Amino acid sequence: MTTHATPVPQHLSQQGSADTAHEPAWEGFVDGPWRDGVDVRDFIQRNYTPYDGDSSFLAGPTERSTALWSRLTAMFPEEREKGVYDVDAATPSTITAHAPGYIDREHELVVGLQTDAPLKRAIMPNGGWRMVEGALETYGYPVDPVLRKVFTEYRKTHNQAVFDVYPPSVRAARSSHIVTGLPDAYGRGRIIGDYRRVALYGVDALVAAKKVDRVAMDMQPGTEAVLRDREENAEQLRALGELVEMAASYGCDVRRPAANAHEAVQWLYLAYLAAVKEQNGAAMSLGRTSTFLDVYLQRDLDAGVLTEEQAQELVDDFVIKLRIVRFLRTPEYDALFSGDPTWVTESIGGMGDDGRTLVTKNSFRFLQTLYNLGPAPEPNMTVFWTPSLPQGFKEFCAQVSIDTSAVQYESDDTIRAHWGDDAGIACCVSPMRIGKQMQFFGARVNVAKALLYAINGGRDEVTGAQVSPATAPVGDGVLDYDDVLARFDATLDWLAATYVEALNCIHWAHDRYAYERLEMALHDKDVLRTMACGIAGLSVAADSLSAIRYAQVTPVRDDRGIVVDYTIDGDFPTYGNDDDRADEIATWLVETFMAKVRQHPTYRDAVPTQSVLTITSNVVYGKATGNTPDGRRAGEPFAPGANPMNGRDTHGMLASALSVAKLPYDDAQDGISLTNTVVPAGLGREKGEQVTNLAGLLDAYFGSNGYHMNVNVLNRETLLDAMEHPEDYPQLTIRVSGYAVNFVRLTREQQLDVLSRTFHGAV
Amino acid sequence: MSTLAGLGVAEDLERSERLAAMRSGELGSVHSWELVTAVDGPGTRLTVFLSGCPLRCLYCHNPDALAMKDGRPVTADELLARVARYVPVFRATGGGLTLSGGEVLMQPAFAARVLRGAKELGVHTTLDTSGFLGAHATDAMLDDTDLVLLDVKSGDPETYRRVTGRDLEPTFVFGRRLAAHGTRVWLRFVLVPGLTDDVDNVEKVVAYAAELERIRPGTVERVEVLPFHQMGRDKWRVLGRTYELEGTHPPTAELTERVRGQFRAHGLTTY
Repeated sequence: MTTHATPVPQHLSQQGSADTAHEPAWEGFVDGPWRDGVDVRDFIQRNYTPYDGDSSFLAGPTERSTALWSRLTAMFPEEREKGVYDVDAATPSTITAHAPGYIDREHELVVGLQTDAPLKRAIMPNGGWRMVEGALETYGYPVDPVLRKVFTEYRKTHNQAVFDVYPPSVRAARSSHIVTGLPDAYGRGRIIGDYRRVALYGVDALVAAKKVDRVAMDMQPGTEAVLRDREENAEQLRALGELVEMAASYGCDVRRPAANAHEAVQWLYLAYLAAVKEQNGAAMSLGRTSTFLDVYLQRDLDAGVLTEEQAQELVDDFVIKLRIVRFLRTPEYDALFSGDPTWVTESIGGMGDDGRTLVTKNSFRFLQTLYNLGPAPEPNMTVFWTPSLPQGFKEFCAQVSIDTSAVQYESDDTIRAHWGDDAGIACCVSPMRIGKQMQFFGARVNVAKALLYAINGGRDEVTGAQVSPATAPVGDGVLDYDDVLARFDATLDWLAATYVEALNCIHWAHDRYAYERLEMALHDKDVLRTMACGIAGLSVAADSLSAIRYAQVTPVRDDRGIVVDYTIDGDFPTYGNDDDRADEIATWLVETFMAKVRQHPTYRDAVPTQSVLTITSNVVYGKATGNTPDGRRAGEPFAPGANPMNGRDTHGMLASALSVAKLPYDDAQDGISLTNTVVPAGLGREKGEQVTNLAGLLDAYFGSNGYHMNVNVLNRETLLDAMEHPEDYPQLTIRVSGYAVNFVRLTREQQLDVLSRTFHGAV
Repeated sequence: MSTLAGLGVAEDLERSERLAAMRSGELGSVHSWELVTAVDGPGTRLTVFLSGCPLRCLYCHNPDALAMKDGRPVTADELLARVARYVPVFRATGGGLTLSGGEVLMQPAFAARVLRGAKELGVHTTLDTSGFLGAHATDAMLDDTDLVLLDVKSGDPETYRRVTGRDLEPTFVFGRRLAAHGTRVWLRFVLVPGLTDDVDNVEKVVAYAAELERIRPGTVERVEVLPFHQMGRDKWRVLGRTYELEGTHPPTAELTERVRGQFRAHGLTTY
């Protein structure tokens, strides 16, 4: 099943970069192809130590770590109050734009900040100037007129380029919110540099490999595609040079490989830091680093030059840095994405192709930071779950979930079968082979609204505008299922075409004007690109179709003649109860829309994929959508991601999850997100029982082809109190559709939405 | 919304056919089902609520399942198909099937058939009952039952009658039979302030639990003291029935702990 057919990169082999055979930094490591070419997976496989024990070896926080973290937590209230702690409004960020910054120079083990001070945000205008200017004005910072002139007159931005090439159909679909959340005014993100390469090989070797790539490109005739490759290669080399320079400013020589665990953590972090200095991407994920780093930590532990406490301290320090990654964004952006997310997703655990677990002691250490530093949404701790994980690790994960709600789970079996055993998650649910694959992030379309368009002959139910091609609207009587389905099918044809067109425009422009130089420098020359489409409103659309099919639904028109409401007579099955009648409709919709997307050519021949994912943007989408035939009222939030509609999943959390597990991954390869909230009492009478039962539930769900699950374990009372007294809950973390958020940073509307979701608890 | 989601309803039977099928246990009157964790037995369970109950508990939170006619006709085969569907879930979570109600023993033939079928699938089985109709359970049925959630609503016969409208003794008799038969029991007690919270009343339940332990040590695996709640209140209103506990509040944490303490004092594992 597994597809590890990726050719071994030839990068280093021909030129034999440096004298790697005698590289002292690799002392004690087992040889293999990884020495001859960039192949981090091979290095891990030959050198890591699987761990199947329990959590008893873990160390608590040191005084130093606690003190360092306290300095930052003392700054958070002011940041929350103002929206930002501070901004450098005068310096467009590059890898080298800012002088070194420190939290507490004498006491930091891992150094490096995005700007010259903690929590001070940088401007990154390449994505779009308007976003920068809007944010500066919102937070009361001066807009430098020279910079404005530069980025509006002399230096074109991604945002400007996209709107230069958008056709009117896309603009109309965009402004009516049927295609929405598009990365056309900000960085697209969802690209994971293989930051491990910097630690393992050092930048000099990576530069040498990229130069070999260039030789091959120079031998090909200069077609548009080849010239683009050459220019990108040149930009990648430039970015690697800047990484060396930036690292040197912190006293680190990353030209050479990391020689010990401390350097490995530091080198890896500096590589990631360079990426977040350069890109304000919608998700800036870390990859799959913990087991890689374990090799270095274990080597030092075995040599007696590192203690467990010191190993944990390094990880704690690294995580502190990941927790304070900040971007300057507008409040509208934050409303769409819920809070102030960065999606520093770290993928943990899973099994290897050879059947050995990829869980190491460092998998535990990453999760342990949630105790040592307290719960937090970042980094986005993502466990690759399969029933065959070691029991000790399963129980620790379940325990951490119950105590912090700050872990999400993905199907290790599904991801490994499709993308191999060195894949990581970008953002919430998007899997990709690390360093070998990237995606063109495509946000999502609103399929519930599309159904309303089908009913209204292409007119928007809110504005009345003709958005999709005009057809005769439905008649006045009870809606006929087959008739509605035929109309819906035609509307989805139009929607898929318009959507792919929008994404082609966006990613063409982004590659030209906001290219991810550093992140792509940490990829192979030939990467697999996916065009990551997505749908929102799945449960609303599925339940609406079910109502039309199994009950009697009659449209109600307003004086414009537009159907704005529905009367429903009779019962109908709803998605989320493991009832095949409704679940088949949801499955049909996922398959159908994906098939339509696949019919269209994509920019750079990207492979089309689809996600069923929303962050809390389900609130925003719901707001823009009128009454639906399932009885949902206009403006009411959608369920997040692939979740069943709030309150309609009445047969228990697992029955709800099993409905979601029926959605076919092959037609949703960018991921299927499910968020579940349970109260502790809903898992068992005592902690031990709760841990066992949660681990069992995860086994049951992933054993039934579930793809992803967020697990929130909390009490309703806790949330109510947090709404009234946010100052008492600065770290209250809950998971919302693929992402953990600070509850107190949600809008009141979002908080109420979270509350209204089913609490699957025993009463 | 349908409470039977995914369970096929056998509604095309003639009345006489239906009654015959119910007598033989091929057909049952089912109220709803749910997949629950940690409440109706170990692990994650398919809990099936059957309709019909001989008791009239003042605090009943499923008053919509009191009459047989409140349920829908579902065949044992149909129900067992759903049990089979969840075998992997039961295996992963250490769970199984729980029959609840209503009162399961109102439909002993149907229950026996479903329990037998579940055992044939290798599924752990639990029976949630008041025990009032314990005489309806055959020994063969008990052989197919791994665990009984025995709801002892009161230790004092007078209080029991006030709470349920029925006699306590059949429940006591059934429990003793379970102990003698070797069937494991989770003993449940609903704590209602002003109704069942009297120290002596609770002591009598404790004494009964201790008696079962004497018959066969290890019978009472755990005691669950269930604090009364008002979640069922609206159902009574919707059904237009008089609800006598309108003004009753859930027990305080102190009261609940006192009662749990009474059980624990006799070495019983109590939640």
